[in-house]
Amino acid sequence: MTQELTQNRITDLFSQKSDRLLSVYFTAGFPNLDDTMPVLRGLQATGVDLVEIGMPYSDPVADGETIQLSNGRALDNGMSLKTLFAQLANCRQEITVPILLMGYINPVLQYGVENFCRMCQSVGVDGVILPDLPLDLFLDEYAPIFRQYGILNVNLITPQTAESRIRLIDQESDGFIYMVSSASITGSTKGISDPMRAYFERIQAMNLRNPRLIGFGINNHETFDTACQYANGAIVGSAFIRHLQDHGTSAESIQSFVQTIRS
Amino acid sequence: MATTLEPQTSFEVNDKGFYGRFGGAFIPEMLYPNVEELRQNYLQIIADPAFQAEFWQLLEDYVGRPTPLFLAKRLSAELGATIYLKREDLCHTGAHKVNNTIGQILVAQRLGKKRIVAETGAGQHGVATATVCALMGLECIVYMGSIDMERQKPNVDRMRMLGATVVPATSGSQTLKDATNEAMRHWINNPVDTHYIIGSVVGPHPYPDMVARFQSVISEEVRKQLLTKIGRENPDYVVACVGGGSNAAGAFYHFLHEPLVRLVAAEAAGQGVTTGHSAATTALGKPGVLHGSRTILMQTDDGQVTEPYSISAGLDYPGIGPLHAHLFDSGRGDFYAITDDEALEAGFRLSKLEGIIPALESAHALAALHKMNLQANDVVVVCLSGRGDKDLSTYSKHL
Repeated sequence: MTQELTQNRITDLFSQKSDRLLSVYFTAGFPNLDDTMPVLRGLQATGVDLVEIGMPYSDPVADGETIQLSNGRALDNGMSLKTLFAQLANCRQEITVPILLMGYINPVLQYGVENFCRMCQSVGVDGVILPDLPLDLFLDEYAPIFRQYGILNVNLITPQTAESRIRLIDQESDGFIYMVSSASITGSTKGISDPMRAYFERIQAMNLRNPRLIGFGINNHETFDTACQYANGAIVGSAFIRHLQDHGTSAESIQSFVQTIRS
Repeated sequence: MATTLEPQTSFEVNDKGFYGRFGGAFIPEMLYPNVEELRQNYLQIIADPAFQAEFWQLLEDYVGRPTPLFLAKRLSAELGATIYLKREDLCHTGAHKVNNTIGQILVAQRLGKKRIVAETGAGQHGVATATVCALMGLECIVYMGSIDMERQKPNVDRMRMLGATVVPATSGSQTLKDATNEAMRHWINNPVDTHYIIGSVVGPHPYPDMVARFQSVISEEVRKQLLTKIGRENPDYVVACVGGGSNAAGAFYHFLHEPLVRLVAAEAAGQGVTTGHSAATTALGKPGVLHGSRTILMQTDDGQVTEPYSISAGLDYPGIGPLHAHLFDSGRGDFYAITDDEALEAGFRLSKLEGIIPALESAHALAALHKMNLQANDVVVVCLSGRGDKDLSTYSKHL
């Protein structure tokens, strides 16, 4: 997907900044249905570089307990794609930070892939992360639709991804590559081990055309700092969900969380 | 929709893992290397004469195959047709599940795997997996919904006795769907040395095809046995229950391209299709993606997977295998929704008429016979997928 895209906040971001980027994930409609916009505002106020908004799903197999529970609670609160798009309808009047939606393919298929992309464009979503959308199916069927609406599809790589496949993913990605730090589900990794560093170095040496953000296991300043030595930045998810659960969604609470990660 | 999802007449999986518009491999990148390793190797491994020899030897000497094809005379008289029972309940471990676990453990060994993870609903697949792990000396971890662990306690004890670690799945409905989620997560966390033995014809390609191939021993034997018994290989009907659908896939396999053989699938309607307590996937579902494949799936309008319900833990699943979705979609298969009460009645009836206590799953297949408008000269094969010992506590509540 190397054709020129319409202007996109994610590609703009990476053209302006190449290191120590912080992306934060939270689940839409968690802890309460109407928390999506307050959390988004709170994150923007702290100056995070990207925001990933989770589209809750009943069976999130790549996620650990923390994100699964937040998904379940958001669904119990009544969150759906329709509600999420309604909540985000006017967000671009105040939100300038790039936004990605992250979730699983089935709710998107039921919504309709083209409708989904159209709504993403309409509310100002810049990209999506759909871990269970296979790359070949995306390329065969959905890439033209995503391109038409200027929506980036961010792909994952893991320590087990073969070099040839990483090259393919790099060639077919725009925006950034999501480097899963270790063989794990979200929220289950403790610290950054030597094998993880070796993997980070191996990928760094591949000189990929896309920038890279490291996710899974980034939960404090130390892990963020280490990840930033090997990639353009890192992604925090489960740790932020736990923080929202324990300390609430006020701007101050969010500010203090992001500060502990950054410094 | 583009080419890969176009309906096709073949019932074989295509090179991208699709049966018609169902199938594929919708998996996160974390699982891609494992599934790809399997996809690139399974056909070659299975075709290897050394594999074949070991597989068939174990089926014969360890599982006890071929299983009998039994003419159920009193049931036939009652229903007014010729009814044969394919006695998978006589397999070692008490159900057809072991056909597949024998095959997969041999594949896992050849891929150099040291540990096995599995999911189980009724516990039959868990027991079959724990059994082959004990046989081969591999570590075994079985995820089972915590509700299922309560209602199928004897199978939990059997797995533990066989040396397996049984891990309760406490998320969601705490049944088979959630056990499958947890097993997939375990695999994501242990990608290099672990093989995931999926117990049904579900999951990402190549699992549905691989499991169907291992279970196809059922239809292969039926053909030979029918030829001996009635002078022809093809019955008029093959009837089997479908949760995920592995016994049905095995019973249908060699008849898929025999258009005169009607393939009949019995799904669990639970308390009734319209009651909200049901697992009748084709009646209630629509196309969607779960556990790695596009299939027919019970879900909300927003694409959230619905909690299924059945009295039978083995049928308590919100989807069906992609092959079955294609059989339904193409009209090749006839799907019936069987309530808990109908299944119980059929289970009691078979016990009294033939001296065979069927698993509640198999009782759903037997109940379908009453809905099929059978004619006097019809020859019907019912796959009796498992024995009812594990369900005695449920049966005894209705004695």
